[in-house]
Amino acid sequence: MSAGYDILIVGIGGQGTILASNILGEACLIEGRTIKGAETHGMAQRGGSVESHIRVNGLFGPLIPPGQADLLISFDLLEALRYSHYLKKDGKMVVNRHLVLPTSVYTQNLVAPTEDEIIAALKKQNLCLLDADKMAEEAGSPLSQNVVMLGAASQTIPLKPESLRAAVRDLVPKKTIEINVKAFEMGREFGRTC
Amino acid sequence: MGRKYLLGNEAIAHACVESGVNFVSGYPGTPSSEVIDVLRVQPDRSYYIEWSVNEKVAFENALAAAWCGIRSLCTMKHVGLNVAADPLMTSAYTGVTGGLVILSADDPFAHSSQNEQDTRCYAHFARLPCLDPASIQEAHDMIPEAFVLSEELGLPVIFRPTTRICHSKGDVDLGEPAVNIRKGEFHKDPRQYVVIPAHTRVLHKKLNEKQSSIRKQLVERGFNHYQIRGKIALIASGIGATYVQELLPEGISFMKIGAYPIDEEWLGDFVKKHEKVLVIEELAPEVEEVVRQVAGSVPVLGKKNGYAPYEGELSPQAVAAIMEKAGFLPKYPFPKVDPIQNLPPRPPILCAGCLHRSAFFAIKKVFRDAIYPSDIGCYTLGLQLGVVDTTICMGASITVASGISHSGDPHDLVCTIGDSTFLHTGIQGLINAVYNGANITVVILDNRITAMTGHQPNPNTGMTACGVESPPVSLDAICRACGVSFVESADPYDITGMVNILQEAKKRKGVKVIIAKQMCVITARRAGVKRGRYGVDPEICSGCGTCIRFGCPAIEFADEKARINELCSGCTVCAQICPAGAIAREGKK
Repeated sequence: MSAGYDILIVGIGGQGTILASNILGEACLIEGRTIKGAETHGMAQRGGSVESHIRVNGLFGPLIPPGQADLLISFDLLEALRYSHYLKKDGKMVVNRHLVLPTSVYTQNLVAPTEDEIIAALKKQNLCLLDADKMAEEAGSPLSQNVVMLGAASQTIPLKPESLRAAVRDLVPKKTIEINVKAFEMGREFGRTC
Repeated sequence: MGRKYLLGNEAIAHACVESGVNFVSGYPGTPSSEVIDVLRVQPDRSYYIEWSVNEKVAFENALAAAWCGIRSLCTMKHVGLNVAADPLMTSAYTGVTGGLVILSADDPFAHSSQNEQDTRCYAHFARLPCLDPASIQEAHDMIPEAFVLSEELGLPVIFRPTTRICHSKGDVDLGEPAVNIRKGEFHKDPRQYVVIPAHTRVLHKKLNEKQSSIRKQLVERGFNHYQIRGKIALIASGIGATYVQELLPEGISFMKIGAYPIDEEWLGDFVKKHEKVLVIEELAPEVEEVVRQVAGSVPVLGKKNGYAPYEGELSPQAVAAIMEKAGFLPKYPFPKVDPIQNLPPRPPILCAGCLHRSAFFAIKKVFRDAIYPSDIGCYTLGLQLGVVDTTICMGASITVASGISHSGDPHDLVCTIGDSTFLHTGIQGLINAVYNGANITVVILDNRITAMTGHQPNPNTGMTACGVESPPVSLDAICRACGVSFVESADPYDITGMVNILQEAKKRKGVKVIIAKQMCVITARRAGVKRGRYGVDPEICSGCGTCIRFGCPAIEFADEKARINELCSGCTVCAQICPAGAIAREGKK
């Protein structure tokens, strides 16, 4: 399509997809690139499935069409599967090895795929799987999971790591800068292996 | 100011500051809420700002301020404009002296709304100009122009962003905040501001006389423009125009509509230079209808002959499909991909520890076979718990309950309404129910905040939009003043207490009100409330599933046992309802 690079970040409302999108946006500004994006706000955020579209070098609309994303970052295994059709054929997936079953599974007795089944299905595409929660905890706070994920994805994203680092410093709460910088580096280090 | 990566609503808010806005009012509603949420926290604020109790109140306040010659902004979601429609229609007659911009945000696809109505129809109905941005940058750039236009025409201007403008993000070039600070001054002019029949007939004529100059001005200002590139043409508006630009091949002419009313003569000249015209716009066929009026023998493709849908939102792939169907081949083909089927859905749910879930649990326990009219708020999610039978618009829980009660239906009626919604348009329904002798139980779910739209304060919070302390209204006193004799308060976390009061209400005739008071779990967390987590003792858990059916996202079930995860807020309700007594505060077993 365009010379753009389309990133879809998905997860569950409250996991920090919006901060991740802001970091990418800030990094684009640092590099003087254009950027367009779209987010889930309002009631849909309450524990529901959420998506952030980020179009690096985007000039037109904010939405990534299905089958066009260059990169899918998912904070949850089931959500990775739900949005996997957004990825283009040779696109890459960076997925947190973390599964929250939707409450519908319990209240309506629905069948959810197991962790192994999901991973097997995701492996049909170019998958980078990491335990971002564990790494975030090691970095100093489980809340830095989203920054770990960005770090891992930074190996693929066509933005300079120093721009992303600067954006992380600019946007995370002041008290947590060190933790988040560490989280980014740990993610980035892991991203080298996949 | 330079370039920033901003949410559409943040860019709009900034543009209002650049325009020297003096007065801001509104009622929260997705996707409009962040405009005021951004403006109300600016440190060096030089404008007055309020969250009003409803859109009609917000509108009339802003209109009056604009009558005093200052620049006013009034924000709401599309359905809020229904509430403000009464003053809106006549404000076109009275006009304004200071600029008045009415931001009414549409929600195609009803991401967070009860319908997909189109604000442009209101503009047409009221004969007011309407600006319809196609991108965040355009939304930003249109705001200063909207204020100028409003002052030049002496009319309110409607500004209509959609969800994909409000809640999209992009790099935006910002201007400097304005320094010009006006002071309001009301000049008495009854012929303008007292719309008795003798005055209003004259004002109506004046409004109609302004129309042709409005149409011309909107073209001159460049909101509506075109490029002739071939024998066939595509006309698009709003975000649809942005998707079209991404897909538009060479050799097809393009017209972008960004403002209404459209100049028919100008439009006709363009259409008649082509052999076929396709119109792409979200929701109502506002552009298409005008195109059809001027097209003569030129074929027009659009909603009316099945090329484009009337409902839902557009997307690049939806626009590509419309173009293909109409024989306007898009620049790029779209791969046909399907999502994986049969995955368990993850809809939004009430938070772990939400007061609404506990209140609903108690209601269901006492009123097993009742009819449950409800209202607009987070608690509409009670649908998943089987305790929401109707939702139509703000304030329509008490009225629907009393209507059913008078219909002869023998069931008990228990309706639920939030504190903000009750103050918005619930009170009139309560007065009416008491006055006309309905038999209903009203549960006011009182979390002292407008939670769903992002925790805006309301008159029940004890704080204004700017964080200044204000005397909180007494819901209890309001209900008593409406004539309700049974008004009781209860803590929804205390299931026994809630059940006892509901049982008491069930025994009585007439209108009974129960105020279920508990902080929103999100505001409680932000305020630093820590209650400690709860856990399940697997030795005692019988695996009966009672806690699972409660529907709290903090409770999971595996290997025939319940488990409580890190989402637990310590509300204690699951511990109260567990028949085996297996749930207790962690570390205190």
